[in-house]
Amino acid sequence: MQTLNQALFIFFAVLAVASAVLMVTRRNIVHGAVFLITTLLATAGIFLLLEAEFLFIVQVILYVGGIMVLFVFVIMLVNLDVSMRQVQFNRQWFVAATLALVLAAQFLYAIWAVRRPGMLRLPAPAAELAPKNTEAVADALFSHYMLPFEIASILLLVAMIGAVVMAKRRVG
Amino acid sequence: MGHLIPPSIMPYVLPVLYAVVIVAVLPLLAGYIVLMERKVMADMQARLGPMRVGPHGLLQPIADAVKLLLKEDIIPDKADRLMFWFAPLVSVTMALLAYSALAIGPAFQIADLNIGLLFILAVSSLGIYGIVLGGWASNSHYSLLGALRSAAQLVSYETAAGLGLISVLLLAGSLSMKDIVQAQSDQGVWFGFSVPFGFFIYLVGSIAETNRAPFDLPEAESELVAGYMTEYSGFRWSLYFLAEYANMIIVAGIATTLFLGGWLRPGARYHEHIPGTGIEWLDALPALLTLGVALYSLSLAPKQPVKIQKIVMVLVALLCLGIAGVLAGALIAPPAVMQGIHGAFWFMAKVFAYIYAFLWIRFTFPRYRFDQLMRLGWRFLIPLALVNVIGVGVAIVLRQQFAWGPIVSLIPTTLGTLGVAMLLAKDDAPTSAAHLLDGE
Repeated sequence: MQTLNQALFIFFAVLAVASAVLMVTRRNIVHGAVFLITTLLATAGIFLLLEAEFLFIVQVILYVGGIMVLFVFVIMLVNLDVSMRQVQFNRQWFVAATLALVLAAQFLYAIWAVRRPGMLRLPAPAAELAPKNTEAVADALFSHYMLPFEIASILLLVAMIGAVVMAKRRVG
Repeated sequence: MGHLIPPSIMPYVLPVLYAVVIVAVLPLLAGYIVLMERKVMADMQARLGPMRVGPHGLLQPIADAVKLLLKEDIIPDKADRLMFWFAPLVSVTMALLAYSALAIGPAFQIADLNIGLLFILAVSSLGIYGIVLGGWASNSHYSLLGALRSAAQLVSYETAAGLGLISVLLLAGSLSMKDIVQAQSDQGVWFGFSVPFGFFIYLVGSIAETNRAPFDLPEAESELVAGYMTEYSGFRWSLYFLAEYANMIIVAGIATTLFLGGWLRPGARYHEHIPGTGIEWLDALPALLTLGVALYSLSLAPKQPVKIQKIVMVLVALLCLGIAGVLAGALIAPPAVMQGIHGAFWFMAKVFAYIYAFLWIRFTFPRYRFDQLMRLGWRFLIPLALVNVIGVGVAIVLRQQFAWGPIVSLIPTTLGTLGVAMLLAKDDAPTSAAHLLDGE
């Protein structure tokens, strides 16, 4: 079981990193979008390995099934021939590389700071003991994080109703 | 069997078996739904429909499948070859993957996930990539327009359909397909009756999500040839077709589980026994129904024009007789076996009733224009779905705080939702006419 988990983790991790690199380097923007989708799905797979199935499904529904569909939708309205001929990497690569290095250093320092023996191995799954994931998330949202959660949900509701109202007004 | 298989693999044996059965049976089932569709259409238009291949066209799906497999597989010159190859696979894989969480009766389920419903929704919404990428890769205007329409339509109607499902989740208190059916059994009512508006919203939303008429704008043949499938032919085309019909069965399965009591027998609360036996009257119904079908096909056999068609008709009758025998045999089998077999029967019966409603709607309503489709989604269904969810929430508070009955508490909120629906419909009617006159 442990080796299977390890193998799956390596599979998803390699898939995520490889398709992230491919996403940046592809000339064709639609191919880039497909690789971004693959990255998101592989990350979702890692969530599932950590037994955070609610997070897994939210990642798939929201990012892959919702946001990326709109991305692809917009990409297809763009004239692809023009973007194919444009210069892919511009002269700001030095700034970008510096920022990336700083970020990488930060991550490495963060991992180094909390290091402990055996942290590179995956923890053994404890599915039977843990409470159901969806319930645990709901519990946290409606007790500890009640106020921010309600503010965020009202904001989203207002945005949705606003879209409907604007659609109604334009015609009338 | 137990001693042949190592115990560490044992829990995976049955799910793998179910998966193989589903993947093997589904293309056949899809083919016969196509035949059913043509026959129902013919019946509604006072025609006979396919009659040539087999008695009453019963072998038509097999002939069609052979034709599709033998056709030339054309890839357009300027198509994105890799994507063109990849896109139908996405559609069909996602459609098949969604079956892993569907509970066909209490015994037949590949995996009882505690996020079952969300899993099915997530996976089946990924099928859209097959359509969008296929439409784009074809490098054709018709295909691209069909793909764009499909994406816009799915994003709009998924919101409404999802909100329709939430009203049931509030009542069931679980995302597992099994627990949702169990909740309907415990509360003694199918949720389709307790939240009729949730059912209505999901029905409309599911038709739009599967790109069926009257919402089949992504493949509107009078405007876009065949939409996103225009450049596809042969086997790849049939993969899209399979995905579409597999998705139909999925949405019918979701609706059956959430609104129509899943595998529960109609009248599950009544337990009148046949005198002298431990068998309930209503449990004998499936066996009697299939026996009736068997006798009817047997009576049709002598009327077939060709000898081979007579033989096939008798074979059909024997098949029905065999199913009737299994259903009748289940009556005297242990209760778990009986519930598994009869549960699967009722589940499939309800799924096919839902699909029949799909066909009925298809041949009754004319196609919407695209702006009408968007208006119906955003200005009618989504507000109505929001009000419906709030109404169910109020009903649950009434039940918990004021000890109202489970049915009584839902009556005022359903009436309130009906009022809002009428207001929304009234508000919408004159603007649509004015909109047409403006010539916008």
